[in-house]
Amino acid sequence: MTARVLINVPARAKRGETIEIKTLISHPMESGYRVGTNGALIPRDIIDRFTCTYNGEDVFRAELSPAIAANPFIAFFTVATESGMISFRWTGDNGFSATESVIIAVE
Amino acid sequence: MTRANRRGFLIHSARLAAGVGLVSLLAIKPSRATPESMQDAIRKVVGEASLRPGKVTLDLPPLVENGNTVPLTVAVDSPMTEADHVRAIHVFNEKNPQPHVVTVDLGPRAGRAKLSTRMKLSGSQQIVAVAEMSDGSFWTESADIIVTIAACIEDVP
Repeated sequence: MTARVLINVPARAKRGETIEIKTLISHPMESGYRVGTNGALIPRDIIDRFTCTYNGEDVFRAELSPAIAANPFIAFFTVATESGMISFRWTGDNGFSATESVIIAVE
Repeated sequence: MTRANRRGFLIHSARLAAGVGLVSLLAIKPSRATPESMQDAIRKVVGEASLRPGKVTLDLPPLVENGNTVPLTVAVDSPMTEADHVRAIHVFNEKNPQPHVVTVDLGPRAGRAKLSTRMKLSGSQQIVAVAEMSDGSFWTESADIIVTIAACIEDVP
């Protein structure tokens, strides 16, 4: 199953401008503490890592716990330094991995 | 079966049953973060450095109906330059099964030290945000939140 991803990054920005990046990904974020109908614990299944790279350089990293709500929403800021590609990567339990990239034009 | 053997067998099986009971009790009892375990988790991050109130703004609704999605914004007052920036932001809670909520790594490239996300909360409690600065100092703010319907512990329908 591929996760659905929503990214909000301004398409163009002025050089040196601080821009907000909003990301949302579809994922159950099953905490591993809930009990199913059969009385057994539902095994943990979460995204535990998120990274954002700007033209290959790491600009933001997050370490998530089961306490993050389902469909993790993460919003943060970065400086628009040059035109290029901003890439996002989510990884987690059971080999979960998703990547997404957006193009930004900096003038 | 001789009497001694029978006694040995009975004692052994009683111990085994007690052991099994203990193990299943441990397995069923959900672990829970407490204000103490939250302090431990914070101490692990901060180490020997002193934790000072200020610089951090923790924005939480004072009351939420549903603990499954609680919006949270942490902003840290910092120029975010090479010489003076926020290195990381940590968020902790005191009543979820685990005290840790999220940790983010930042740098001067961030431009502004501000993070928004959504978390799950199992009950009314205190949330603590800790900011780690490039000079090695730690700043904190906490906020209380009332949760009407808790997350994490409800059964799946």
